[in-house]
Amino acid sequence: MRLNVNPTRMELSKLKARLKTATRGHKLLKDKTDEMIRRFSEIIREDKLLRDSLETEISETLKKFSLARTLSSKSDIELAFQIPSVSVEIDCDVKTVMNVPIPKLTLNKSEKKDKYPYSFGFLTSEADVAVDSAGALIEKMVKLAELEKAVAMLADEIEKGKRRVNALEYVMIPNLIETIKYISMKLEENDRSSRVRLMKVKSMIGEQ
Amino acid sequence: MKGKTAIIGDGESILVFKAVGVEPFAVKNADEAEKTLSDIAKSYKIIFITDDIAKQIDEKISKYTAQSYPIIVSVPSKSGSNGYGEQKLVEAMEKALGINLFSTNGK
Repeated sequence: MRLNVNPTRMELSKLKARLKTATRGHKLLKDKTDEMIRRFSEIIREDKLLRDSLETEISETLKKFSLARTLSSKSDIELAFQIPSVSVEIDCDVKTVMNVPIPKLTLNKSEKKDKYPYSFGFLTSEADVAVDSAGALIEKMVKLAELEKAVAMLADEIEKGKRRVNALEYVMIPNLIETIKYISMKLEENDRSSRVRLMKVKSMIGEQ
Repeated sequence: MKGKTAIIGDGESILVFKAVGVEPFAVKNADEAEKTLSDIAKSYKIIFITDDIAKQIDEKISKYTAQSYPIIVSVPSKSGSNGYGEQKLVEAMEKALGINLFSTNGK
């Protein structure tokens, strides 16, 4: 589709400059998207591995704990877990992958002397085992959270980038090229017609 | 920036994570989960949701996908994974790459 501009030399040079920018932008964006896709596939592979291993472990832990729960009364359990022994704090930073801000998490575990928030006689050993494995899991879970978010955000950004590249490649650049061609043809046409007019005038003068 | 973690799940099996510093929120159904999620979304950085619940409130979770925080992660419940987390991964991948890298059975 031709752009709606006047066929003048001014417009022509403007459009040529725009075409140059568009081509350059297209190349850059394309490279950026390609690199994002490469990073993305790396991250998603890692994420997949982690998730696979974690999913079984987490449900194991939860299963163990629900077993432990049946062995003690509900109020006992709630009492036992009233005060957590470990406080998990997360440092939330932002790192960028190809200008996409993705979260970077670091786990700060401040452990107290005893691992369990309750005394040994209070709950059965099943609970201890479950708490143990939960403690081991939390680090991986935070890592998973980080990766998963990165995957989601990169996917979004890649989609946007692809759309931009396509818009440039299939709409913007062809439109510019067509308009430039139209203007230069129009200018040539004007040129020719004025030349013909001149020749005509000259021959009329010569006849007199 | 410091952040806290929370877990939303059914029943009390998630209580075990309280021992390691993750705040548990027990919910009974999807409505309750949605309400809890919007309540705690601002104050917690990472929210784990067991996937049987997550599957039911998928729409609500998608709203948070575009923001950097909170990070919402689905974890399997005690009855095992229902594939929700995996499905989300595949969705993201198809969105970004147009293909599913993990499909091994040629689907």
